[in-house]
Amino acid sequence: MSIKIFVPRDSAALALGADAVAKAIMAEAVRRKIAVHLVRNGSRGMLWLEPLVEVQTAKGRVAYGPVSPEDVAALFDANFFNGGKHSLSLGLTEELAYLKQQERLTFARVGITDPLSLEDYLAHDGYQGLRKALTMQAAAIMQQVTESGLRGRGGAAFPTGIKWQTVLNTAAPQKYIVCNADEGDSGTFADRMLMEGDPFVLIEGMTIAALAVGATQGYIYVRSEYPHSIAVLNEAISVARKAGYLGADILSSGKSFELEVRKAAGAYVCGEETALLESLEGKRGIVRAKPPLPAIAGLFGKPTVINNVISLASVPVILAKGAAFYKDYGMGRSRGTLPFQLAGNIKQGGLIEKAFGVTLRELLYDFGGGSASGRAIKAVQVGGPLGAYLPESQWDTPLDYEAYTALWAVLGHGGIVVHDDSADLAKLARYAMKFCAIESCGKCTPCRIGATRGVEVMDKIIAGHDRPAQIALLRDLCDTMLNGSMCAMGGMTPYPVLSALNHFAKDFGVVK
Amino acid sequence: MSPVYKPEMIAAIIATQQSRPGALLPILHDIQDALGYIPPGSVTQIASALNLSRAEVHGVITFYHHFRTTPPARHTIQICCAEACQSMGAERLVGHAEKKLAGRKQGEYELKPVYCLGLCASSPALMIDEELHARVTPERFDRLINDIGIKDIGHKNPEGKT
Repeated sequence: MSIKIFVPRDSAALALGADAVAKAIMAEAVRRKIAVHLVRNGSRGMLWLEPLVEVQTAKGRVAYGPVSPEDVAALFDANFFNGGKHSLSLGLTEELAYLKQQERLTFARVGITDPLSLEDYLAHDGYQGLRKALTMQAAAIMQQVTESGLRGRGGAAFPTGIKWQTVLNTAAPQKYIVCNADEGDSGTFADRMLMEGDPFVLIEGMTIAALAVGATQGYIYVRSEYPHSIAVLNEAISVARKAGYLGADILSSGKSFELEVRKAAGAYVCGEETALLESLEGKRGIVRAKPPLPAIAGLFGKPTVINNVISLASVPVILAKGAAFYKDYGMGRSRGTLPFQLAGNIKQGGLIEKAFGVTLRELLYDFGGGSASGRAIKAVQVGGPLGAYLPESQWDTPLDYEAYTALWAVLGHGGIVVHDDSADLAKLARYAMKFCAIESCGKCTPCRIGATRGVEVMDKIIAGHDRPAQIALLRDLCDTMLNGSMCAMGGMTPYPVLSALNHFAKDFGVVK
Repeated sequence: MSPVYKPEMIAAIIATQQSRPGALLPILHDIQDALGYIPPGSVTQIASALNLSRAEVHGVITFYHHFRTTPPARHTIQICCAEACQSMGAERLVGHAEKKLAGRKQGEYELKPVYCLGLCASSPALMIDEELHARVTPERFDRLINDIGIKDIGHKNPEGKT
């Protein structure tokens, strides 16, 4: 019998040499005449341990990491293919505290299965949600999604069921399902990990959405910076189509759904849903005025469900296990789980799927183990480049949409970027304005011109020119951007800027 | 080297993509994948095939950071400059790269920033051509550019490390 060895194919593992490790393992196995079955799985999400190599043993999967090609011969010497001890041994993967303390619903299979094996997917409860949905009326599917309490995981947290219901209620000869995989926020990689580690769950979620609202065509809009995600999705779509899970007659139900991957072209603003639709139509990614909502007049003017990757990928488990099962996780009006992404200056960065309600302090220290530099953590930006910087006094607030709104902060897509005490928050505030200036679509004045003026004002503050007057000007400018911008690009850039100013005034030269 | 721009080649790409809804971006991607850039001379051809104005096509090409209208350098080095990488010294890495690559022939490389490669828990990250690299130290950077054939021309490593 051959030995089963897992070496991830996730971009984060590849960027740390996983391909070379896989090659070294196969070469060494041939040299030692050991039969090895190599599986290129997704990542378990413990990214400081990548490349994380696992071996199937009678007791379960045993992990070693981070493995470099130079370690491979010694691993063979240590009998790692039977779970032997080595200085890189981590023990049974499932017993690692980082994983054991998570609640993995959406990421249940990521890192475990071969992302492109439909057999593997089916053996791990895949397509049970779709099978159930095929026996249900559209209204009943809708009810499950609404009752689960699922809210948009892209950042806006709009109830998914209500969005779908609007599309269902709008009569049209053609409707679309669009997946927003333009994950441009720094500090986020959950969409990428899911697409590379379990593409079928996204395909299944989109197919269920199509059945629920009566759509027949879907698009996944993936950023061009994610070439591996694009390749995996294209392959998975072709496998699903061949097996009858996509196409003109899904599982002989008479229902049809076609799916296509579209490559973005490096514009951050296309993560905004209406700009994304413009881009899909072959135009510049310029934000549209709302109303009309995309649910009523979306892609090519037709009713369109547009959801983030994680929202759509959470639908199969809701259908398979029921709304009550999913709703049981979380707190308040934030139901279910959120895949948090711990990034930046952190010792143990990675993906942590937890029910809403966990605190930042728990994530930073219980999971993250403190800063990577070993210095004190100073500021934590939650929710991407448009999210607020949180000082230590706010780290005990539960991660919940409403609790964060009360702090004048956002959860966004669950990205958490850690900065140690060497960070200069005035410089980071300047960067927020600069990023907005680079990425603004240019449609509305507060964002297009405000961001450029914001960089100039920040330069004066940093240089120490007439600080009190410049800070008053900055606050005034942020007020205009917050209230006058058409979308979150200009409308939320004040979050990092003002939170930095309010909580870290010293960095702005304001003595406190 | 990138193949030379030929109208027949652009026409063939247009023909395979033209019937797709929203065909402009897929067409531009295919042209850039084949040639390394989008020749300004092809704008008229694309516009007339899709029944668009030249201004519309030009507008799309220049709106998106990914598209370029000049041939690329032999190697493109994109260092992530977003927040997560900043927190792990991306700025220092950019400074190191600029020093290291200073004085090279034009066309040998292009160094440019990128805003997030999705490798935020293994910062700082960069992409050389199509290949991703994470946890890049200045020493590792030197090895990486050496691997792609940008040899050391005698500049001292500014940090004095090996």
